[in-house]
Amino acid sequence: MSSRLSSQKDVGSLLANWLGLLALWIIFVGTFDTQEVIAGAVVAALVSFMATGPNPARWQVVLSPRRLFTLLAYLGYLAVAIFRANLQMAAIVLSPELAIRPGIVRVRTRLKSPLGRLVLANSITLTPGTLSVDVEGDEFFIHWINVDSEDADDATRRIVSGFEHYLEIIFG
Amino acid sequence: MLPIIGALVVLVGAAFMVLAAIGIIRMPDPYNRIQAGTKASTLGVVLALIGLGIYEIDLLPKLIVIALFVLITNPLSSHALARAAHAAGVPLADETVRDELAAARAPKVIEEETAS
Amino acid sequence: MAEIILVTALGLAAVALIMGLYRLLAGPCTVTRAIALDLLTLITIPLLVGAAVWAGRAVYVDVALVYGILAFLGVLALARYLEKGI
Repeated sequence: MSSRLSSQKDVGSLLANWLGLLALWIIFVGTFDTQEVIAGAVVAALVSFMATGPNPARWQVVLSPRRLFTLLAYLGYLAVAIFRANLQMAAIVLSPELAIRPGIVRVRTRLKSPLGRLVLANSITLTPGTLSVDVEGDEFFIHWINVDSEDADDATRRIVSGFEHYLEIIFG
Repeated sequence: MLPIIGALVVLVGAAFMVLAAIGIIRMPDPYNRIQAGTKASTLGVVLALIGLGIYEIDLLPKLIVIALFVLITNPLSSHALARAAHAAGVPLADETVRDELAAARAPKVIEEETAS
Repeated sequence: MAEIILVTALGLAAVALIMGLYRLLAGPCTVTRAIALDLLTLITIPLLVGAAVWAGRAVYVDVALVYGILAFLGVLALARYLEKGI
């Protein structure tokens, strides 16, 4: 995409936004009544036209069956990780002596895509016990409630690698 | 049968919310309170919403949308609060083992001071 | 039977709400209060939906969604203010 075109709206994301907003509208209205759907289509078109800008190449995701399958596997992995971490957190909170060793550690990611890094940081935050405080280049600063490793490589292996394994395929 | 399953799921979710509230009261500093408080309650809130959806099956699509919204926005607000706490200089608890972010920030401050 | 379990669960959520309220009032610092506020808004969302189911009015669910969106924006604005002022 040349620089002259880069200020124009991206048709693909415009259409995706419109469809997503329309689906949301229909879920919340709760009927397939013609009037409601037409009103929703008009409003969704207005909002998506105002909100959608150019879509730089680095934010684009190429769809393929393998990636979709990995995305599903990733969601399952994330759900299990969240559930397990919540149980560990419950054990910590209920233990009388409050066994925590908190600290902020530095980990590195191999992901190049900004969208992949965003999803990685959010996944880390969503799992109780680890909380991404700041991001600088390819380094994440993570508040970890139970620091049990001494060097950055080991922390990276324990916190990041599980998610990265899937995200590298999805956004890679 | 379905309402009973839904109500039980809501009960499990409410139990996680109570655990999160205990966590926010017991933890020593803001970072650990975010860990134990807002994030541990995410699972509770999502479970409660899904459970209410199973209990009242007509509401399920809407409640799934709300649960997805909570799942997407909650890490963002946790991260924003943690970053704000660190930028505002809120000290970490005494139990803290190390703080590599402060170590990474410190040289920069000196550079800025000498430059100005 | 199901109703009794549901009311018990919502009561538990209300207990969590009161405990969060204690942290909101006790402090000790502004960031902690913001965190407690975040927890309170988060717990209020399923309670609003519970009210919708209890009263049998599906409209209240939309209130829960709008409340969630506004609370999220409020917490973000608060965090931004704490980080570098307005």
